[in-house]
Amino acid sequence: MEKIKSPLAFLNNNQIRAFLFQVIILVLIVSFFYNAVGNLLNNIESRGIHTGFDFLGVESGFDIAEHLIDYSSTSSNLRVFYVGLINTIVVSVVGIIFASIIGLVIGIARLSNNWLIAKLAGGYIELFRNIPILLQILFWYNLVLVSFPSPKQSFELFGSVFVNLRGIYLPKPIVTEGFIWVMVALVLGIALRALVKRHFNRVHDESGVETNTLAYSLLLLLVLPVMVYLILGSPMVFDYPVLKGFNFKGGMSLSPEFLSLAFALSIYTATYIAEAIRSGIESVSKGQKEAALAMGLTPRQSLRLVVLPQALKLAIPPIINQYLNLTKNSSLAAAIGYSELVSVFAGTMLNQVGQALEIIFMTMMVYLAISLMISLILNIVNHKMSIKER
Amino acid sequence: MNTTSKNIFLSLLALTGGLYAQADTLSDVQAKGSLSCGVSSGLVGFSSTDSAGRWKGLDVDICRAVAAATLGDANKVKFVPLTAKERFTALQSGEIDLLSRNTTWTTTRDTSLGFNFAGVNYYDGQGFMVKKSLGVTSAKELNGATFCLQAGTTTELTLADYFVSNGMSYHSSPSDTSAQSKKGFSTGRCDALTSDQSQLYALKTTLKDPSSAIILKDIISKEPLGPVVRQGDDKWFNIVKWSLNAMIGAEEFGINSNNVNAKFKNPEALRLLGRSGNLHKHLGLSKKWAFNIISQVGNYAQSFDRNVGKDTPLNISRGLNALWRDGGILYSPPFR
Amino acid sequence: MAVFKQQVAKKAPNLKIGVIHWLRENLFSSVVNSVLTLLALYLIYLIVPTVVNWALFDATFAPVTNEQCGREGACWSYIIEKLDLFMYGFYPPESYWRPQWVLILALIFVWIAKLLKQHKYKTKIVTTLIIIYPIIALFLLYGGLSLEIVETHKWGGLMLTIVVATAGIVASFPIGVLLALGRQSKMPVIRFLSVVYIEFIRGLPLITILFMASVVLPLFFNEGMDMDKLLRALIGITLFQSVYIAEVIRGGLQVIPKGQYEAADAMGLSFVQKTGLIILPQALKISIPNIVGSFIALFKDTTLLLIIGLFDILSMVHLTSSDENWLGRSTEGYVFVMVVMWIILYSMSRYSKALELRYSTDHKN
Repeated sequence: MEKIKSPLAFLNNNQIRAFLFQVIILVLIVSFFYNAVGNLLNNIESRGIHTGFDFLGVESGFDIAEHLIDYSSTSSNLRVFYVGLINTIVVSVVGIIFASIIGLVIGIARLSNNWLIAKLAGGYIELFRNIPILLQILFWYNLVLVSFPSPKQSFELFGSVFVNLRGIYLPKPIVTEGFIWVMVALVLGIALRALVKRHFNRVHDESGVETNTLAYSLLLLLVLPVMVYLILGSPMVFDYPVLKGFNFKGGMSLSPEFLSLAFALSIYTATYIAEAIRSGIESVSKGQKEAALAMGLTPRQSLRLVVLPQALKLAIPPIINQYLNLTKNSSLAAAIGYSELVSVFAGTMLNQVGQALEIIFMTMMVYLAISLMISLILNIVNHKMSIKER
Repeated sequence: MNTTSKNIFLSLLALTGGLYAQADTLSDVQAKGSLSCGVSSGLVGFSSTDSAGRWKGLDVDICRAVAAATLGDANKVKFVPLTAKERFTALQSGEIDLLSRNTTWTTTRDTSLGFNFAGVNYYDGQGFMVKKSLGVTSAKELNGATFCLQAGTTTELTLADYFVSNGMSYHSSPSDTSAQSKKGFSTGRCDALTSDQSQLYALKTTLKDPSSAIILKDIISKEPLGPVVRQGDDKWFNIVKWSLNAMIGAEEFGINSNNVNAKFKNPEALRLLGRSGNLHKHLGLSKKWAFNIISQVGNYAQSFDRNVGKDTPLNISRGLNALWRDGGILYSPPFR
Repeated sequence: MAVFKQQVAKKAPNLKIGVIHWLRENLFSSVVNSVLTLLALYLIYLIVPTVVNWALFDATFAPVTNEQCGREGACWSYIIEKLDLFMYGFYPPESYWRPQWVLILALIFVWIAKLLKQHKYKTKIVTTLIIIYPIIALFLLYGGLSLEIVETHKWGGLMLTIVVATAGIVASFPIGVLLALGRQSKMPVIRFLSVVYIEFIRGLPLITILFMASVVLPLFFNEGMDMDKLLRALIGITLFQSVYIAEVIRGGLQVIPKGQYEAADAMGLSFVQKTGLIILPQALKISIPNIVGSFIALFKDTTLLLIIGLFDILSMVHLTSSDENWLGRSTEGYVFVMVVMWIILYSMSRYSKALELRYSTDHKN
């Protein structure tokens, strides 16, 4: 009997089907975007909305509380973007540093053989990771930091550091000409210390004699720069904060917005880092620890030389992911008004200029770039580690 | 591709595109049977909700007036609470038909954002509130002080201008909402709170101890606040403009919600109430448009007293917002 | 003749048993440990009594006014008076039964699903329940037909938080599954599109997506397509969350042994059959703990609704503490919301840990 060939028989071929399917999806997506963009352009035209990026060159007209680069209300809107971006990076970096330190301490404490310490560390993790980060930021900003005294009754440390509800005021170092030599001495010290360390490592490898290098380190890292500093006649002066009129003038200040954001981000992210480190440590097989102890290492040596290096290797990828999350979470500053990207550029400036489309787009691109960069680092780290694996 | 998927495909296409109907706002509103009006999410005296969720305030009354004029019922308003950030796109995108949200009339907003300001329903000006204990009596003494303010408002720009022109320096502590900036002020995070005067009065009454703060006499800016519509729909623009004028005119002619049914001799009043002439035709509204506004919302004085004036804890005096004949600058073009 | 007499075992020395031994082993095993223990005790001594006194012993629970509440302790009277706002926002009080029933129905449905156990039609019944539940819930909450309509801008408080988190996870689930399959697909275009979408969204903070949904999205629609603010926020959340679900499910897919795919192919199953009957059920089962994990993350993220002006439970603190009658009580508000959120999130994370344990034992011999 002759087989009747259906006109749609070619659809039975898997490859053709897959091809057609992809074409359809592509057409759907393209037409969706075509129409969305069409609507957008149509809306823009029919409602007389101003578009384009020329607003970036316009004078901003408002002030920003915290800026690390020169900025005033006569600066351009593009400058606002840079100020916001730099502040985002600053608070993220500070947050990452503190989150790592706290996370490492808590992660190790969680596995401490001291029952109380282990429980406290566990309590810390359960407490802070189960409260939304935004709530924590508001908590520090609206409850804790406002309970500090007013500027006239500031807490005073050594007559030069002042703490009040408008922030922390510190002496600001101002470097003069000769200071560059102090930096040279410091760099030299770091390099020499590395050489010394390598030498004693080689000695250790060859003869098994362990030498304590603390004295050398201190000499090279601290004494050498300090000596140079003193010889050159203290080429650095401090600008001390002084209470003048309403506020402290001079010095450096850390605003309550910055403090509460950095604080909340570090404390929250530290819980995740601690968990990553704990699971890293737990995954180091017991035999490794036992072998280390059997070789006569003290528990602390075994932790530092055997367990942690292996644990960190496992923990680093999730930790880098947490760094990315921390950076993204820094955008919550919008709720308390720390002058970072979302708050100052996609907030204040958006309100003044009104060109939401361009501004939100630029903001998104910044975060995308940051996240791609972090993923790149993560990939490199992963790659490096997978090669070392035996 | 079989028929079903073809159909799905076509309907998806239809859903995402086509239908660029540029209907006029009046017919839209009348077809929907309600007016979408963008208001502030909470600003005592201008737009706020009571415990039962009912909206009230000077800005809210503009929404009601327009609803009364176009739909005959002041209650047919869908209030859309907006943050400062959302307000402009909400209007641009057509999500709301009218923006009545304490918005200052500026050149940029009027020209480059695709908007028209339909008039001024409150003449405001930026001022300062300070703690009495500071002993400050003039804004000129605030050199080096820290200011709490709401981010993204004209307040921020005006403050910067003022301090630059007076050669003084200041710190700012911007926050997202006026409640937050008040908190900053009352906890002492800043020395002074700067905002439109009307808001300062409102915020002062909500301080824990209102007598501990004073509002300085200095006013450093003009802040004409008014309802905003989209550009390109002149008919709708006229309706909103004349709804506001009807409230001001009614006060001038002595018409209020209680006596609106009485007999009036003033021919202008009669034209306003639709008892003579055919003003309503040119606006494209019913004969009773202004009658509905006055009977259901009241005249400007009633709205003012009820929301921000002498019947409220704010107790703001009419000042600039009095009629021209009473020493203010409120003025409606003639109804003829 | 020596008779063997059983000796009574000596007691272990006091130092090796009981409380003292435990203390020595766990708290004072070395000098460093002892110092740490004392420091920790001092820390506890500093914090706990202050907090407990403020929250309990010096606190006021009676229904009094702000002035009558003491300043030393917490004033829970404020929370009690505003409890309805914290729970339901501006939802009309006469309709509180509606969200309540939505919750009760959820519990009933879960209970039915549990009762069925190995019933023949279990899958079908459960699927039906999962599909009809959102429809009933939406109908109850929003209204329509004979029920009075409650506009979404009246929704608020904890109710809104739960609704947004649940709707977000339910809506993002199918998209997440498709994205995960797309990322594994052999079709280059599909794979490319999925990867681009996933990586794009993953790089963005939720807040920029919410801004986009609340501020920019309306410009992409035709005039007249009136989109509710809550709906737009939900679209943003769904776009965001689907990516995380996709990554979780991809993790599940990667664990499925190749043999499963090959066996399904060998049996002559079509792609849809293979995916729907063999691969996905296994992958989803493995992913359940992590899906709960991403629900937890989403629940935390719902607090961001505050920033775009929706009244979730956190915004209620700001709203109620600016009430003239209750000025200066935001501390109690924040603490209350923290406790509520913590209880919910902690119990969910416990649940997810328990699930993880249960499913991991299934797979390790």
